Formats: sequence, structure tokens, C-alpha cells
Amino acid sequence: MFVEKMDEFVNLKATELRLGLPGTDNVCEQRVSCNSNSNKRALQPDAENEIESSTMKTPPRKAQIVGWPPVRSYRKNSIQTKKNESDGESQGIYVKVSMDGAPYLRKIDLSCYKGYSDLLKALELMFKFSVGEYSERDGYRGSDFVPTYEDKDGDWMLIGDVPWEMFESNCKRLRIMKGSEARCLGSGV
Amino acid sequence: MDLRLPSKVLEHILSFVDSNEDRNSVSLVCKSWFETERRTRKRVIVRNCYAVTPAAVARRFPEMKSLTLKGKPHFADYNLVPDGWGGYVWPWIEAMAAKCPSLEELRLKRMVVTDECLEKIAASFKDFKVLVLTSCEGFSTDGLAAIAVACRNLRELELRECIVEDIGGDWLSYFPETLTSLVSLDFSCLDSEVKLSDLERLLSRSPNLKSLKLNRAVSLDALGSLLRLAPQLVELGTGSFSDKLDQEAVAKLSQAFSELKELKSLSGLWDVLPEYIPLLYSVCPGLTSLNLSYATVQMSDLVELITRCSNLQKLWVMDLIEDKGLEVVASSCKELRELRVFPSGAGLDETNVAMTEQGLVYVSEACPNLESVLYFCVQFTNTAMVTIARNRPNLKCFRLCVMEPFAPDHKTQKPLDEGFKAIVERCKDLQRLSVSGLLTDKAFEYIGTHGKKLRMLSIAFAGDSDLMLHHLLSGCESLNKLEIRDCPFGDTALLENAAKLKTMRSLWMSSCCVSFGACKLLSQKMPKLNVEVIDEHPLETRPDSSPVERIYIYRTLAGPRLDMPEFVWTIHKNPEIGVSHLAIK
Repeated sequence: MFVEKMDEFVNLKATELRLGLPGTDNVCEQRVSCNSNSNKRALQPDAENEIESSTMKTPPRKAQIVGWPPVRSYRKNSIQTKKNESDGESQGIYVKVSMDGAPYLRKIDLSCYKGYSDLLKALELMFKFSVGEYSERDGYRGSDFVPTYEDKDGDWMLIGDVPWEMFESNCKRLRIMKGSEARCLGSGV
Repeated sequence: MDLRLPSKVLEHILSFVDSNEDRNSVSLVCKSWFETERRTRKRVIVRNCYAVTPAAVARRFPEMKSLTLKGKPHFADYNLVPDGWGGYVWPWIEAMAAKCPSLEELRLKRMVVTDECLEKIAASFKDFKVLVLTSCEGFSTDGLAAIAVACRNLRELELRECIVEDIGGDWLSYFPETLTSLVSLDFSCLDSEVKLSDLERLLSRSPNLKSLKLNRAVSLDALGSLLRLAPQLVELGTGSFSDKLDQEAVAKLSQAFSELKELKSLSGLWDVLPEYIPLLYSVCPGLTSLNLSYATVQMSDLVELITRCSNLQKLWVMDLIEDKGLEVVASSCKELRELRVFPSGAGLDETNVAMTEQGLVYVSEACPNLESVLYFCVQFTNTAMVTIARNRPNLKCFRLCVMEPFAPDHKTQKPLDEGFKAIVERCKDLQRLSVSGLLTDKAFEYIGTHGKKLRMLSIAFAGDSDLMLHHLLSGCESLNKLEIRDCPFGDTALLENAAKLKTMRSLWMSSCCVSFGACKLLSQKMPKLNVEVIDEHPLETRPDSSPVERIYIYRTLAGPRLDMPEFVWTIHKNPEIGVSHLAIK
């Protein structure tokens, strides 16, 4: 979606009706420099993720945006207090989830899910894709997307291979791979 | 023949003119009407405390009884205005104390109020009756004690979502035994516990108390005895609703609620446990306003309450209500005028997926009086907005917050331009609009073309170019307040439409592409505007082309303000920097 949008933008630039005064700067360049100067903005982009739109708009990292969503601090604090109180026992297992091609990450609490099907359903909803059929032998078939995770050893594994509890304790982060890279990993040895 | 209306007659006529808008028109007719009007105005409202000096206001309206002031820009609510920016009420209190000692009411929004201020109010205004502070900060509970002890005829003391340095609950005990005039008390934003006995005694001697909003620290147990002392309440904000009560206590509490025959508004309900929801059933049919936005209960429990609230006009709730719950709202609350749905997750990552655009569609279909909407949702569709617009052309306020920045229509992946087009096209009386999601310049072309009655517009992460701002400033005739963050435009549209800024109260732009040079130019060109550059991390040299972090522009008669912190720049403060070669025609 973002790639298409940028292409459109670039093609129209030449014929664009602008109100600019003669000699004024390119809006795009200004925009990029704006982003890099603003100290309130997000951290450096994760090297793992490709951000196709880096030439034009740099969508901010959700978790880091100041004042977004626009909820008064008073309200945010009230909800936060409530959460802290109720999270007394279980801390929750928060892991980042990335999807190839999507401009920003999500974060989920693994302890909220009862098992793999629960988790995958949630991911499908979150990122608008489907995983295809899983089999122990062949991995995920029937979809361009393959759900993987990085374990404590730093290896990228296919989601679903190990028992759920082992997965919960070993998972460092998730990545929904797409395309050829996915097919290699997804279709087993 | 003298055609002038004798001033005594005019005075009498004006005593029936309440609205300040009308009074402003009256004051423009001629000098004598101006004079008569200003001498008789009791209720003064200054919507930007820096638009005019306190002395000028005090001089113009010597008979002022009620003053309403607003300070910081709206985006201060979301931490976009650095601490120390301004909005101090002290100079106003000083001026009023000197010139209008018969002031009785003070209503402040987004202002910095110190204990000193509160002490001065207590000392200066002998007949002080009403203090309402909304989103204010800078004072402690000691200041409240000063008000409590001195204001013998206090009627209203309301602290709405203020940040208060809470030194303890003692302040409540400072209300003298002779104080019997209390009509409204709201201390819901305070943290510490007040002594129950102090509160009970206060309630016992306040037969006129109509509105009581407790803080979280007031237990459920205590609530019972308080309600028994004030069955005449029209508005109630409970404290925490989660203590474990024994059967007897529950029965007593239930009885107390059923005695509240006049209750129209209910709020608070922090941490409400599902098993206590039935306690509220008896008051539901009478409620016109219900604030469940701090009640973290699930849809099924919320629905139990809502089905019983057939007279509800205002509902604030969290997205825990889900689409299903909003369907129940639609079928039960036919009188609904205002709906606000807040996100239950503390961050973007934790939103409830069972609430979508469909919930709002249900309500728009079934509630003919719905005119004000605030809706936080993960994503939306154009079709939904078109349907909502078609159902509810009577919308006056539509604030949609699609929480994913740049989120397109989640069904078609297209920008949400067409949806907002439908809203502004059909809702001809729309006065307030907040847009979000993926939007191109086209959306703003539509808004500029159709949003003729639009007074306040909020925009974030939208648009493609300067055209966006240009459409808005040149098209929206009634535009009064415009606030923008993280949008890709700046100088050109701003400078081209500079004259428009004089007709507006204010413009806020943060993380956009406005250059320092343009700010200087605008500032020079428009002396009746304060152009404030708010930059916490400016470059050492500050070349003209450097972008500014935030810009806040407002019309003013007061000239540059004298209380600016270091990080706020206006040309009046630093005129030495030369004019750039960029010239406006």
C-alpha cells in the first residue's frame, strides 16, 4: 500500500499544481529533514525491517509517539494504575511482532493466548493475512506468509514446532515472513 | 428629536440578553450602546487568556461577577505543550482583586493556578461563590484549604481532571461549620483520603447539595452512609466501587441508591466489580448522563446497565463495550445525544478488537438525536462513514480517532477521504471535526469546500502537501481553531493565507514543516498576531530554513506576552534577526 502511494506521488510531481513561490524548496526534502530534527520522534528504525517509504513519509513508531493516541494523561494514568494493580501476579510475556512489508511493529502478550491457534488467529486479525495450513512435516502451506519466532539462542524457528509452554518461555520475538525467504523456512528441510 | 434609546431603557433590555455573542453585537452598534453594555455585563468569557490583558478586561467590565478563562492550547492535553509554556492565572486574579472585588465566580481551563492564587482569591473576593478548575495544575491541597476556610458563601468547588499536589485529605476539614451553601463539590481527581466524618458532617449541613463527585479513595462502604445523607443528589461521582462488602452492607447500599430519586448523572465507578452492577439498576431509568469510561467491566456487564437507561442522553464508555454493546445502546437509548468511546488499552498495542466501525454505525442508525461523537477505534471504513453521515446529518461534533496513524480503509485499503467527504457534505451544521487515518490532500479539499460551519478542526498524520492547509484556510469560512500535528506542509500555505489567521482564535502546528524564516516573516507581516515558536531543542545558529518544532499563532490585542519561557520565541523578543529574502506579494 505504501509503495503504491509513493509511486503515485512521484509520478504526479511533475504535473503537480503547486502554490509554491519561485525558488522555494521541495516539500519532500523539508519533510525528511523535519523528521530527523524532531527530537520527540521515534527511535532509529530497526535494521531488521525494511521501510519502503523512507524517501518520503516516515511513519512514526507507534509505541513511541508523544501524545498519541490523543488521550488525556489523566485518563491514561487512571487506566495505567488499574493495570499495574491487576498485573500483580503475572507480569505478562510481551514480545514484539513484525511483519515483512508492514511499516511498524506490534507488541503482544503471549500469556494472553491459550495456544498456537489462538495466537495465530490474533496475528491474522492484527496484520490482515492468513497463515495457511500447518503440518509438522511440511510447515505452513498455502500462503505467502509464514509465522516465525526468534528463540533464546538467536535462531529463527517456525511457530508451532515445539510445545506451547516451551515456545512461551523461549520466544524472544515474532516475525511474519513473506515471500521466498518464507517459503524456504516454511516448507521444512 | 433625540432618537437614542435612554440608557436606563437599554439597560433594562440588556438585562434579558444573556448570550455573550449577542452582547458582543450590541457593543458594536455605537458608543453609547458599547458603554451601557459593558457596564451591565456580568459574565465575562475570555477564551484565550493571552488575547487581551487582564487590566483591559477589568477596566471594561467593572460589574463582572463571573470570569471564565482558558489558557493553554488544546493539544496541551496530550503533552504536546512543554511545561512552563504559560497560562498563568495570577495576573488575572491580581487585576480582578484590584478592580472587580465583587467577583463571585471563576472558571478556568488549562491554566496554571498556584496556592498563592487560591489564597489571593480567598482573601480578595468577599462573596466568592464558584471555583471550577478544569485541566489545571500548579496548586496543592493547601490552596484548597485556603478556599474552604475563607469563602463563607461557597457554592461550587469543582476540580475536573486537575493535577494537584496532594499533601493530604485535611483540606476538607477546613470548611467551617457555618458553611451551608454548598451546591456542588468535585474532588474526583485527588488521590488522598478525606476523613469520612468530615465529609459526612459537610453533607449533613448542605441541604442544597446537588452534585457530589468523590475521589477513588472513598470506599464503597463509605458511599452508603454518604448517599443516605444526600438523597437529593442530581449528580453523583462514586469513589472506588470494588471493596468486598458483606450482604448487609450491600443491602444497605442498594437501599441508599434507590432513595436517589433525583439522580440524573452518574460517574466514577472506578474498578467496578460485576457483582455490584445490580446496585445501580434502581437509578438507571432516571439517568440522562452516564460516564462508564473508568469502569473496566466487560461488555455483558455494561449491557446490563445500559438496557435499563432508556432516558440516556450522554454516554461515555470504553471500547470494552464492543460492537455488540453499542448495538444494545442503539436499541435502548433512543434519546442519546452524545457518545464518547475511549480506548481501554493504555497503548496502541492493547486495543480491543471486538469494537469496530460497526458499533458507531448501529448507534447512528437508531439514535435520531445523536449530534456529538468521539470515537476511538483501531480502524475504519469509508462505507461506514458514508452510512453514518447519511443517517445523522444533524451531527454537530464528529471526532474520529483511528488509532493507527495512516491507517487506510481496512476493507478497500483506500484513504479515508471519501468517508470524511460524506461527513462534511451531509452534516451541514458540523462545528467540530477531528480527522485521522490515511488522508490525502483530497480530504482537505472536501473539508474546505463543504465545512462552512466548521469552527474547530484537529488533524494528525495526514495530507500530502501545502495544498491541504491551503484548502482549509481558504475554504472553511467559520474556522476558529485549527490544530495540526505531524503533517507535511508549512511555509507556503501559511504565508499565502496569513490574513485568515486574524479571523481565527488560534492555529497550532507541531512536527510539521514550518521554517523559522516563515515564522519571522509572518510575525513581521501580522502585528496583531502573536507568532510563538516553541522549540525545546533549537539549532545553535537557527538558519531561516530550519524547521521549528511547534508554532502557536493567535490573534491578540495584548501584544507579545511578558511571561514567555526560554524555549518560546517571538519576533518581538528577538527582532535583531534580519528579514529573509523571501517576500510575500
